[in-house]
Amino acid sequence: MEKVKKKIGSFSFWNWVTASIIFRLILIYFPKNLNLSSRPEVSTPLTSFRRLAEGYWLKQSFMSPYAGSMYHGSPLLLSLLGPLTINRIEGQPNHLLYSLVSVIADVVSAMLIRATGQNLRLAYLRSLESLDLVKQIEVSEFLFSGDIAALIYLCNPFTIVACVGLSTSPIENMAVILCLYGACSRLIPLAAFGWVIATHLSLYSAILIIPVIFLLGCGPDSPPRKLFLQRHQQKEVLNQSKLPPRFSWGPVIHFAFWAFLWSVYVLVLCGISLKQFGGLWEMFKSTYGFILTVEDLSPNIGVLWYFFAEVFEFFRNFFLIVFHVNILFMILPLAIRLRHRPCYLAFVYVAICSMLKSYPSVGDSALYLGLLGWFVNELADMQFSLFLFCGYVGVSLLSPVMHNLWIWRGTGNANFYFATAMVYACLQIVLVVEGVSAMLNHDRKLRNLITGKPQDAKS
Amino acid sequence: MVLLQRPHILLLLIDTHQFLQCWIAFGSANEEGQQQEEFSEELLVKPLPDHKLLAHFHFQSSAPPSTSNGCHHHLFPKAISQLVQKFRVKEMELSFTQGRWNYESWGGFDPISSSNAKPPGVELWAVFDVPQHHIDASWKNLTHTLSGLFCASINFLESTATYSTPEWSFPPASGNVRYGTLPCEAVCTENLTPWLKLLPCRDKAAIALLLDRPSLYRGFYHSQRLHLTSTESSSEGIDSGIILEQTLTVVLQPNSERAIEVHASEKHVQPSWSLSSIFGKQVSGRCVLAKSSSVYLLLDRGLVAELKFPNKENGKSAANGLTSENFWSNPSFELSVNPDRIFLEESSSHSKSLSILYMFQVEKYSESEPFDIGLMWKVPVAWLCQQTPLHASRFFMGSGNERGAIAISLKSTQFTEGFMSANSKDGSCELRVDVFQVVPWYVKVYFHSLRVFVDQQPRAVSDFIEKIHVSPSKDKMSPGVMEVVLKLPCRVNTAALTIEFDKGFLRIDEYPPDANQGFDIPSAIISFPNFHASMVFLEDDSLNRSPLLSKFQEKCPVMSYTEVLLVPLTTPDFSMPYNVITIKCTVFALYFGSLLNVLQRRVAEEERFLKAKAAKKTGRLPLLLSKLSAKLRGRRREPLHSPPSSSSFINSKLVLKVILVAGLAVGWQYFFS
Repeated sequence: MEKVKKKIGSFSFWNWVTASIIFRLILIYFPKNLNLSSRPEVSTPLTSFRRLAEGYWLKQSFMSPYAGSMYHGSPLLLSLLGPLTINRIEGQPNHLLYSLVSVIADVVSAMLIRATGQNLRLAYLRSLESLDLVKQIEVSEFLFSGDIAALIYLCNPFTIVACVGLSTSPIENMAVILCLYGACSRLIPLAAFGWVIATHLSLYSAILIIPVIFLLGCGPDSPPRKLFLQRHQQKEVLNQSKLPPRFSWGPVIHFAFWAFLWSVYVLVLCGISLKQFGGLWEMFKSTYGFILTVEDLSPNIGVLWYFFAEVFEFFRNFFLIVFHVNILFMILPLAIRLRHRPCYLAFVYVAICSMLKSYPSVGDSALYLGLLGWFVNELADMQFSLFLFCGYVGVSLLSPVMHNLWIWRGTGNANFYFATAMVYACLQIVLVVEGVSAMLNHDRKLRNLITGKPQDAKS
Repeated sequence: MVLLQRPHILLLLIDTHQFLQCWIAFGSANEEGQQQEEFSEELLVKPLPDHKLLAHFHFQSSAPPSTSNGCHHHLFPKAISQLVQKFRVKEMELSFTQGRWNYESWGGFDPISSSNAKPPGVELWAVFDVPQHHIDASWKNLTHTLSGLFCASINFLESTATYSTPEWSFPPASGNVRYGTLPCEAVCTENLTPWLKLLPCRDKAAIALLLDRPSLYRGFYHSQRLHLTSTESSSEGIDSGIILEQTLTVVLQPNSERAIEVHASEKHVQPSWSLSSIFGKQVSGRCVLAKSSSVYLLLDRGLVAELKFPNKENGKSAANGLTSENFWSNPSFELSVNPDRIFLEESSSHSKSLSILYMFQVEKYSESEPFDIGLMWKVPVAWLCQQTPLHASRFFMGSGNERGAIAISLKSTQFTEGFMSANSKDGSCELRVDVFQVVPWYVKVYFHSLRVFVDQQPRAVSDFIEKIHVSPSKDKMSPGVMEVVLKLPCRVNTAALTIEFDKGFLRIDEYPPDANQGFDIPSAIISFPNFHASMVFLEDDSLNRSPLLSKFQEKCPVMSYTEVLLVPLTTPDFSMPYNVITIKCTVFALYFGSLLNVLQRRVAEEERFLKAKAAKKTGRLPLLLSKLSAKLRGRRREPLHSPPSSSSFINSKLVLKVILVAGLAVGWQYFFS
């Protein structure tokens, strides 16, 4: 992946963007959508296009979209995207308009990623300058991480498959990126809007509130504050202007206010659209409740489906709690350790969620792989990157094969597919662990550069 | 033989004794002008075009709406009346079927096939006379009771995922109806014996004597049905007259001696049969408790048209002369027993020719002179039974275990052609078809993918579907129900409905032991509400009317059931639970452990820095931490303070913590118990 990144020069950024858009448009015109929309890797019960269409049909026939256990998405998505699920233009495939919306969502996400990445890069350079490390670290070799992240997001096969496969994950990803962009560029209402929508669409994004608070309170990623203090102690001059700002509660309160406002707004809209039917309680039960209880055991790239298909009924609740608490358990340690790098914290949270969530899809992986592009400079000496790259390629090739063997040919059994899901989970674990470790090592390196010690602390 | 006969006679004696008692009891009741409990038994035999024979047993018991007898009954089975009273059942039908009714050759447009052709397995529907919120509870209790009564696994119908609430397409249309099927239920003698127990004479006398198990279960189709109607008479609704109708329909292959030694030319000669040759028994004696017991032989409309009775032209006038020689001595067949009466059908609207019914009264025969009719065919006859307007079949499309589609295809039969030609003057005639389809929850149907094909052309759904009612399936909660009213043009050749579905994935313990066999999707019901299958026979005395014939006169809509579909579902590896749990938990531990390790790792100089800090600050917590780390490393560390005070401090704190945790636990227990 590193090599690919380096090949991409900043001058050809727009060429790549247009190429990826054209590639998407070509794929959209393929008949039956290459059957991508029914692939288990792309469409989970939460993001499936067919389920969205079913929900819309039920709503059109004056039934609650949550009647039956088909649709588990947001009612707002139903009102916005539902009309696109039926044939609008004569002679064109049904999903054409919907696919165009996904493409637009992808491009918007990529642009937001680019803007945020540029923001982060400037902040990083500024902090290096204030630490007087510009000479030690060759800033001229710094990559334009924003462009790279945007291109990774756009050209990632996972993103393309999720977009062409008509899942709703491009929209969900856009909401997450909108939230981070808003927080980075201090557009508090936008950040609150992104956070509320992301949480509304998929429950797991709720934990992004911690990085957003750090972003709003302390500003974007920078080396630990301690280093600045040390640096100034060494220089015996305490220049307050060069120090990163202390945690300020003002924007956070502002954010809370806006988040409250937006969530009330979203709930009112949902309430209006579900007025004739079960109301909000039914919505929560069949969206968040469905996510938390893992009722649908159809195969996906995660590991929970097979676990809950096999585990004894008696232990089901116990393991449900264990797996969900596992996500929550890691929030605090990570937040303490990476509080000075809120964007990276957000990336780690997103990666952990997409690894442990009940119905993961490749769209979720596409998001965190895109965000990973922001930190190409910091994570330059991450271990196992080649192994991870090969692993991702291998799993994404093997998983459809195993699925075919099990489901379509009947020559393999469930364990074949589960094994690839397991390998995929392990790869994600290695990515998260190595990523966190590399980031902490990078901070150590900076400190060593400041204190002038030889770089022995690498582990 | 003597040993065998003795209990028989004894039983007869007891029976007659009971009968006399009943008679005396009813004598008084009759004087008050009340109806009495009645029982009648009938057997209808009908030759089928494909060399088979249909035997239809019809037993009907009725209890009058009376409070005078309390909960005591003379003839009526007490179990059934208790059931009706307890669960307030208004109408109920339970059928056990094995085999599939062949609509193409056995017909679908006569009262026998439209009410007695049932889907394989168990089918149960019931209408309750209870408030809406009590219906499900009543249904559950009813299924359990029936399950106990009939030794079948009807209790599986209690779970909400197996039964459904038809809104309007099911014939006894009302909101209180519940409908459930068990397509995979095996039907055998253990279900027949309790069913026979409900008859006053069991299978010890008269017609029921023919129910010889080996010959019944050798048949091609076997359907045992129990239909219950309770009619409210008084305004309180407590009093109810109950009519219990028990029918057994079998399709058998008569294997006469002549059929074996047929010549090539005589291949199409229908096999000759007699009751004793098909059932291996004869009707000897009579059930003294029965009001009437008679055997009928029905010659189909198509058959009558083929036979060309000599005076067909003035058939109607001949029917009035009861034992017209022409009707039973025919050049093409010969009856072994002279019929007591002959009925000729009144003119029917859908067919030109009329069917003929021969009636034999069993009462005339005694044990010494058993009743046995036989039919001897002289010339080959070929005819067709009258078929449903559209022949319905259902099949799966697609392959693999991920998704598929159900298709219900309707094909026009020879009937529609005739019907069309008859109605062609109007120009625009429409054929109404009701489709009622229940799918289990693990077949996740996408209702928006419903497509209609008329004459193999995809057409807009709204053009042909007049009304649609859908209740989508909820996982493990309720099945999906689809009720569609189709309005098809009369000249339609084929019509098809397709609907896509995803196959669900079940938990390991939700699979039956034979998981790889697949799961059954119950039959769809295709009914034609504009067509009524009824046979009206000219009868002179309406007072003494036979229940079977009056049943034939009822206008019941033509109905047919489609095939049961077997859907294979993907199975997980049943031997893997422990492996999956351990592997998964290992991976989680790997994630948790390694991430925590990375987060709390301190590299060389950080540790030194911490130590220096600890040396400077001799707070309690760092001290404890250092002690703890020393302990963990297994090295002794030089104590900075005097050990006893520190240890006592630890102990007190430890005790405090333990008390806190115990208190929490007690509180938790108290709160949740």
